[in-house]
This record gives sequence, C-alpha cells and structure tokens, in this order.
Amino acid sequence: MKVLVPVKRVIDYNVKVRVKADGSGVDLANVKMSMNPFDEIAVEQAIRLKEAGQADEVIAVSIGVKQAQETLRTALAMGADRAILVVAADDVHQDIEPLAVAKILKAVVEAEQPGLVLCGKQAIDNDMNATGQMLSALLGWSQATFISDLSVEGEEATVTREVDGGLQTIKVKMPAIVSVDLRLNEPRYASLPNIMKAKKKPLEEKTAADYGVDVTPRLEIVKTVEPAARAAGIKVGSVDELVSKLKDAGAV
Amino acid sequence: MQYGLNEEQEMIASTVRSFVEKEIYPHEALVERTGEVPAEIAAEIKRKTIDLGFYACNFPQTVGCAGLNHLEFALVERELGRGSMALNHFFGRPQNILMACEGDQVDRYLMPAVRGERMDALAMTEPGAGSDVRSMSCAARRDGSDWVVNGTKHFISGADHADFVIVFIATGEDITPKGPKKRITAFLVDRGTKGFQIRDGYRSVSHRGYKNMILEFDDCRLPDSQVLGAVDGGFEVMNTWLYATRITVATMSVGRARRVFDYALDYAATREQFGQKIGKFQGVSFQIADMITEIDAADLLTLAAADRLDKGLSANREIASAKLYASEMLARVTDTAIQLHGGMGLMDDYPLERFWRDARVERIWDGTSEIQRHIISRDLLRALGA
Ligand SMILES: Cc1cc2nc3c(=O)[nH]c(=O)nc-3n(C[C@H](O)[C@H](O)[C@H](O)COP(=O)(O)OP(=O)(O)OC[C@H]3O[C@@H](n4cnc5c(N)ncnc54)[C@H](O)[C@@H]3O)c2cc1C
Repeated sequence: MKVLVPVKRVIDYNVKVRVKADGSGVDLANVKMSMNPFDEIAVEQAIRLKEAGQADEVIAVSIGVKQAQETLRTALAMGADRAILVVAADDVHQDIEPLAVAKILKAVVEAEQPGLVLCGKQAIDNDMNATGQMLSALLGWSQATFISDLSVEGEEATVTREVDGGLQTIKVKMPAIVSVDLRLNEPRYASLPNIMKAKKKPLEEKTAADYGVDVTPRLEIVKTVEPAARAAGIKVGSVDELVSKLKDAGAV
Repeated sequence: MQYGLNEEQEMIASTVRSFVEKEIYPHEALVERTGEVPAEIAAEIKRKTIDLGFYACNFPQTVGCAGLNHLEFALVERELGRGSMALNHFFGRPQNILMACEGDQVDRYLMPAVRGERMDALAMTEPGAGSDVRSMSCAARRDGSDWVVNGTKHFISGADHADFVIVFIATGEDITPKGPKKRITAFLVDRGTKGFQIRDGYRSVSHRGYKNMILEFDDCRLPDSQVLGAVDGGFEVMNTWLYATRITVATMSVGRARRVFDYALDYAATREQFGQKIGKFQGVSFQIADMITEIDAADLLTLAAADRLDKGLSANREIASAKLYASEMLARVTDTAIQLHGGMGLMDDYPLERFWRDARVERIWDGTSEIQRHIISRDLLRALGA
C-alpha cells in the first residue's frame, strides 16, 4: 500500500505573527517557515505504518510556492520515500484555497493510487480544516477526521476520533482519507543519515496547470487584524483577595 | 567561501536546534540549581543522540560516523551552544585526536568512543603550565619498557564522566640554542589505572555542572601501547588533530549569543517605561542594532574559518580571529542583554545572569584572548621578519 501525505509550508509556530500594514494578510516576508505541525504528525504516522510493514511507500506532496521544496525535504529527511512538489503560486503571500488544493490532490491520488491519504486536520496558518474533507468528497472515499489512534487491517481501518464529548471509535473502508489530530503521535527528529539521504531521494516538480486545476482565489480577504491585546494580569496574595477582586469586577 | 547554507546544512542546524530546545532546555534549571546532571538524563540524551546518528558526527564514515565537514560540524555546535554545556556534553563529540589511534587502540579507544560506549577527556593544563603548555612538569620516565608518570593536571573538563583521558606528558628535554625545550608525548590513560586518580576540581562560576577535574599521577606505570601517536610526537598529534577545537568555542559563543539576543529583543519590544516600549528609545534600539551586527559578524567569521579548513586552506589565523571575536562578542552581548533587562537581568528568575557567567570562560579556555591575539599578530608579522 502506498500512503500519500500532503504537507503544507506554513509560518513557524514560534514566530510572532505580524499583520501586513495594508491589512491584506499576515507578513510572510523573511519569516521562518516550517512544516505544518499536524502534517508532521501525518508524516510520522505514515512512516510508522511503513516500519510496521503495513505500507510500502510514503509519498509526500506539497502544493504552493517553490520554496515548499524545503518542507518536502524535511518530510524526506524524516523518512518519506519520495516527494511531489506542485508549484501553484509565485508569491509567498498567495494561499491556495482548500478546494483548489483538494482538486490537485485528487489528480495526484488518481495518478499515484495510494491506499491511504494521511493529512493534518488543519493548517495552523488559516485553520481552514477543509482540505481532507473536500478531497474525500471529490474522490468518493471514506473519511475519518481528527484521529488520535489508527490501525489498518486489510480492507478496513479502525480509527479513534477526538470529538467534543470525548473519544469516538469508528471503522472506515479503505481506501480512506484520514486527518490527524495532535495526540496521535510525537513526530521524530530527522536523523543525520536521513538528512544526508534526503537530497538523493526523488522530488518531482509539477505545476497546477499540469493537473488542469485553476487556482484563482474564490474567496476575498476583506481585512486582517491583530487580536485585541490582552490586559495585563495581577498577582493576588490569597484566595480571599482573589474572591474579593472577582466580586469587585462583577465576575462572581 | 560560498555564502548561504544549502538545504541539507539548514536542516542539520534546525534539527539540532529543535533537539536542544526540546531535550536540553527543560533540564537546565535543575542542572543549574544542583550543579549535577542526573545519570538518567545524561543516558537519555546520549541514547537519543546515538539513535539520531548525531553522536560523534565529527568522525568520518570510515569509523561508522556521519563524517560532517568542518562547516557542518560548526553548525551542529553552534546550535548546541544555545544549551547547557553540562547537558550537551552527552550529545557526544569525542576528541578528533582519537583518529590517531593505531593497532589495538582502535578497538580499545576509538571505536568505543565514537559509539558512545566510553567517554574521553583531554588534559594538557597544569597548575604551573597554562598558556605555556610546553612548560609542563607532569613527566614520564623510562623504566624498562614502561613509562612511570608523576605530576598533576588541572581544569580538565568532563573528566568526571571520562572512562579514559588523553594526557600530554613531558617525556624528555632537548637542549636548544634558545634554552631547554620539553619533549611531549600523548598518552591514553584509563580510569582506574594504578597510580592515576581523577578527583574533584574547583567550583567555577561558568557552566555549572560541566565540571573541571584534577588528575593526579603518582608513580603511574604505562606501557608503550598507551602512547597515542609517536613517543615525543605529542606536538605533532596536537597540531594534526587539535587545530579545530577553537572553532568549537567560537561557534558555541555565536549560538548562545543568539539565544541571549532573543531575550533582549523580546524585552525591548514589551517592557514599558515613560509610557512607551523601551525599544522605542534610541539608546536601547541602537544597542539592539549593535548586538545583532556583532553576532552576525562572529557567525560569518566562524563559518568562514571552518570553510577554509574544508577547502584545505591555512586557517590558523582565521580560527584565532573567530575564537577571539566570538568570545568577546558574547561577553558584550550578555552584558548588554542584562543592562536592557535592568534589575531583573540579574535575578536568577531569568537565565540571563547564567549566560553572563557562562560567557566569562569563553575568553579564557582553549587559549586566552591574549594568546589568540598573539597567534594572529605573529602570523602576520613573522612573515615580515618582525
Ligand atoms: C573551566 C575550565 C575548563 C578547562 N578545561 C580544560 C581541559 O579540558 N583540558 C585542558 O587541558 N585545559 C583546560 N582548561 C585550561 C585552559 O585552557 C587554560 O585555563 C588556559 O589555557 C589559560 O591558562 P591559565 O588558566 O593557566 O592562565 P595563564 O596561562 O596563567 O594566563 C594568565 C594570564 O596571562 C596572560 N598571558 C599568558 N601568556 C601570555 C602571553 N604570552 N602574552 C600575553 N598574555 C599572556 C593570559 O592571557 C591570562 O590573561 C580549562 C580551563 C577552565 C577555566
């Protein structure tokens, strides 16, 4: 079984995000970019499936600007076997919308015929949480979202999902789209030998046009603003003081 | 030199950086408070480093290691420099000089060291012989086919965890027109050898938990099979293998300075006085500008020196400049960072006072700033006959 893992290049989670002066979005010029953390978890899970003998090949795919090549190299250094880069934008500020990404992924799936697509539940830049679901609809495949546990048994996968009320265990028919949540695993560091090998692994470069997908944005960003600054807190000396302060503030 | 790092080099640096942030930072406060690295934490760091193939990555592929070049290894150590030296000691980087092992020394010392089974330390300095290494008085005399050693070494880093120590010992004296000149030999000395003792050294303000030890030799008998390199060839093995250790000090200073800088930048951008962020005062903002300029300069100087080694060019002066500039830069940066934090900078609630203390030793060990200036100026003036 082949496992396909879509990975997105996003602003690093440690970077303090700054809104561009014209309010059109977040400033991405000269800031540290990394693999979307949920996608790292997906790559890790795919590699574990391969190590467990349940997958033969792990293919990472990224759709976006050319620089996403670095993100793919990271996936290769973690242990993915090969990578596909679909260049769909020149400007680092142009985000490819979920539907366009899902359409390109559908074409990649048709070409590669994976038995499983493992993706992050959402990208930490725009938190859309849509691509996996759209892909499953386009392909007519089963889907399982927000998973914290996965076991694949032949034609079926048993999946534990993190839902509001707790954990839900479901079975899905393979092939499936599975989107991973934070607690599924802890991604490994790339090992030094794998970092050295990553350069030699195949990285195929395509364009959105190769798949006949129009990536023109359908959504318009009206305005981007910083979250309101949080008021400074105070330290209280005792529980009594805490209660009286809360009373003063009308909170209890 | 080629400017900018390639993808692979960036990935090496970013991987080590995440390792240090996740595996070293969380234990730092404990080590700082107790002055000790708990054995299980040491073992865990070592195991993870081995699993990731980073252990002894300064050693070549011929001995089963990653074989990083000098530039790549400088990147590894730059990121390690962010973290506690006591802890990152277990992200093992044995002394390159072990490549001089011959015959059964390979299986007794070199291979166990690069596999993380045995740890090493290196001893030159003595109470009476610091910068002037050749004036050492720790001496070995021939007795039959053996050597009998007497004397003391001090300030020996990491010897508390060492299974064996590479020790430079005087094995004779030549009479030269400039006066007597000691002949030096490098020996491999196992912990537990009769007449050899490793005992606690002094408590240092810098790098708590990264201990310096005292070695005592009292009629310690060593056979010829413990000689590393040739008898009387100590300076040759030193020159062949120890030329690059000053890059370690330079590059670690750069890594630590970057960590310190992030604290300073953040504080300047958040602390308010007189109704505005202190970073808005030119007196503060210009200090920020100077700090990052010096850090970048030291980084480039260091990587350029490492790159010269990779290209097979002479680099003695360049390495000395990098060690000198980076260690002095770190002193200024840690001092300024404390100034920008005001009183809080001195309190041990923040790690800044630790970075400030740790920075002090970088200008002293592996050749003091004065000795580096001596090397740099001699390199230029000797050529002109001065
Ligand atoms: C924490 C720590 C760990 C160490 N770890 C090790 C180790 O693992 N192995 C090891 O072998 N050594 C180690 N050292 C020793 C270190 O390399 C020496 O401290 C250093 O070389 C200086 O020697 P010294 O301390 O005896 O100072 P000295 O040589 O006595 O110098 C005193 C002062 O005189 C100056 N001076 C000396 N000669 C000259 C000159 N020609 N021109 C101008 N100024 C001069 C020096 O710059 C310095 O300012 C360690 C030291 C420390 C502090």
